[in-house]
Amino acid sequence: MSTDNERERDEEAARLPDRMGEERLAAPIKRTGMFGTGTSGDTSGFGLLQVRGSAPVSSQRPFTDPDDPRTADFDRVADDLEAALGDSAGAVERVEVSHGEITFHVLREALPELARVLRDDPALRYELCLGVTGVHFPDREGRELHAVYQFRSITHNSEIRVTTTCPDTDRHIPSIVAVYPTNDWHEREAWDFFGIVFDGHPALTRIQMPDDWHGHPQRKDYPLGGIPVEYRGATVPPPDQRRSYT
Amino acid sequence: MGLEEKLPSGVLLGTVEQVVGLARKSSMWPATFGLACCAIEMMAVGGPHYDLARFGMEKFGATPRQADLMVVAGRVSQKMAPVLRQIYDQMPEPKWVIAMGVCASSGGMFNNYAIVQGVDHIVPVDIYLPGCPPRPEMFLDAVLKLHDKVQNTKLGAHREQEITETEERMLRRSLPLVSKD
Amino acid sequence: MTVTEDYIDASGGDWDDVIEKAQATSAERLVVNMGPQHPSTHGVLRLILTLDGETCTEARVAIGYLHTGIEKNMEFRTWTQGTTFVTRMDYLTPLFNETAYCLAVEKLLGVEDRIPDRASVIRVMMMELNRMASHFVAMATFGMELGATTVMTNGFREREMILDVFELVTGLRMNHAYVRPGGVAQDLPPGAVGKVRELLKEMPERIKVMRKLLDENPVYLARTKDVAYLNLPGCMALGVTGPLLRASGLAYDLRKAKPYCGYEGYEFDVPVSDGGDVYARYRVRIAEMEESLKIIEQCLDKLAPGPVMIEDAKIGWPAKLALGPDGMGNSPDHIAHIMSSSMEALIHHFKLVTEGFRVPAGQAYTAVESAKGELGCYAVSDGGTRPYRVHFRDPSFTHLQAVAAMCEGGTVADVIAAVASIDPVMGGVDR
Repeated sequence: MSTDNERERDEEAARLPDRMGEERLAAPIKRTGMFGTGTSGDTSGFGLLQVRGSAPVSSQRPFTDPDDPRTADFDRVADDLEAALGDSAGAVERVEVSHGEITFHVLREALPELARVLRDDPALRYELCLGVTGVHFPDREGRELHAVYQFRSITHNSEIRVTTTCPDTDRHIPSIVAVYPTNDWHEREAWDFFGIVFDGHPALTRIQMPDDWHGHPQRKDYPLGGIPVEYRGATVPPPDQRRSYT
Repeated sequence: MGLEEKLPSGVLLGTVEQVVGLARKSSMWPATFGLACCAIEMMAVGGPHYDLARFGMEKFGATPRQADLMVVAGRVSQKMAPVLRQIYDQMPEPKWVIAMGVCASSGGMFNNYAIVQGVDHIVPVDIYLPGCPPRPEMFLDAVLKLHDKVQNTKLGAHREQEITETEERMLRRSLPLVSKD
Repeated sequence: MTVTEDYIDASGGDWDDVIEKAQATSAERLVVNMGPQHPSTHGVLRLILTLDGETCTEARVAIGYLHTGIEKNMEFRTWTQGTTFVTRMDYLTPLFNETAYCLAVEKLLGVEDRIPDRASVIRVMMMELNRMASHFVAMATFGMELGATTVMTNGFREREMILDVFELVTGLRMNHAYVRPGGVAQDLPPGAVGKVRELLKEMPERIKVMRKLLDENPVYLARTKDVAYLNLPGCMALGVTGPLLRASGLAYDLRKAKPYCGYEGYEFDVPVSDGGDVYARYRVRIAEMEESLKIIEQCLDKLAPGPVMIEDAKIGWPAKLALGPDGMGNSPDHIAHIMSSSMEALIHHFKLVTEGFRVPAGQAYTAVESAKGELGCYAVSDGGTRPYRVHFRDPSFTHLQAVAAMCEGGTVADVIAAVASIDPVMGGVDR
């Protein structure tokens, strides 16, 4: 048995740089060139440089790094969560450990069940939900909108993040207000700013913008909306239209 | 040793404009319109350290119906703009407006979708007070400048003439332009 | 008495219409709009209250009147410029906002271990001073809203003392942008330590005066005791943290539970009370100020000479500022260094100031115990010089959801006390 495992691991290791490269290339191109505009006669040699976005990181067990005390309970949390979820443990797509934080990427259908387990399971007991926020990645096809939840357990003094996604064409994510009432306003804010519809929310209305506002201002396809500032004949364009270095 | 002892037979001569101006400036009743950071500095001005009461303005009322000065202290969001205009409309004439801080004056660093780029898009402004937020001393200075303006405001036909003259002067005035090339 | 669904809407419009409608029906319920421009709602908060006589049967909160688009605006500025924006969110706790943000940026950069000790000590000292200033304003505005002018004038007077220190250290009374990714903007100027010591000597007396004024004041007790009660399960469900949570009996403080900036090295207690009402919140706040004084004293002892900005030319903004004839700017030494002796330093300076530094792609969440509760900063980087997304979990935003739980069933006057005891700052709520 153990030899099988070892062989598998060796094979895996042998393919590793290869696969890493694949992942890297699969990542979307974020920007090209290094400085200046693309239209200028840039002869520096950096004009063809392609900078890729972050590839989806998928961490493998063990999640706990003995050298990093911040990660001390990550293995325990992952085990407990898997045990508590039972059959629906497959809803956790991948786990990401970075910067001493653990992130569970889950399918959106499983979110209410996951929230209930996180709050009620004695081994988990995440009493506090620190709200949800949206992030808009226009170039991640099929998963443009992310909803990021932060949970804190006072009992176990532990902190995790749960991320779920939805495509821009079907902006629905189940609400967890029934489990964590504190998410009421946070979900309204995410709807207001990103247009994510939280199904099951008791009153999903705009919260920050006026009720008759068009669009969801913090999406990437919504302009910043500044105006050029004129002073004594000179004009300064708004921040999003200025020359930038990236 | 008061003013009255220096007056010959207790009679003081002056123009109606000056008397009205004196009355108006001596007891201004500001309507607080605290919005953001500047509101805290405005409250500090009302406190004992800076003491706005020295200028007869300690009655910081919240009711616009009994106020003649509106201090717009802070950034005005698109959602707040109609509310602000409504409050301004509720104030009786004559009324003045101080745009306190750079956000109220021009939008400041928040040049974006949410903030009105200067409260003068909504209400006429008498004094623009720069700073982010302005120091309480700067606010006091703005108040004194406004008092000066109120004291020297003309009435009736003179006022109309003054407005025309000011407008002509402003049109004639040319600020040095920053060259475009 | 019959409960009727009929109500009189007095939330706007012409008074004649309201009166006419009131006379036409037998409805007892009145819907009143309070705010967004109201002296007792703590900024531009709007409350829509349904009243049955003096009793508030329904309290709805509307926010967004100060929405500034800070989170979006930051996406168009460099990481360092971000501090200038975050400091203006919750304008009574600017240093907490900056620290939460800078800790997140530092986490993304992976340089948490390399932040100089002196910078961390200065951060802690400034945060604790800020906590006191914020609590003073909380009490002052609370007094003002209940009609106790002395509390207000006293609170603002004490706050001035702290602002004097801030002004000396950062150059500004508010909106400091003093904490920067990698450290702080500049070292403490000469005389700052003496000024803080002076404050430490004077402040206990001032707090004692405040206590004398309020602790046993029968009017104050009548307005605060058993008012706006919120118990521990309520706090947990509504995500309430900070002084409100501690006033409900749980001694949870991020400074102890998840220490940051070296808080594990300070001796202090977490004040707690189990009253769960407005008075308990006041007691927790005033006790917290006394604890803050202890921490500040320890900070002064810990202040050892050293750099205040990370020693990494690619991240560390030049932190040796000096007062020149045209105001505060880079010190002549630094300018001489970059202009005449080191070409590399000049390049670093130029790149840092024009372009900023790149932050590796990833996401990070950091939280600090602000004067109001857990202030979290969630930052996403795409590897560029500007944030991809920054979101702040502001305690006031979360806490305002508890207004309904605190107010419904109480009287109208207690609504004011409830809102003031939450101490929301709309700049933070709406961002």
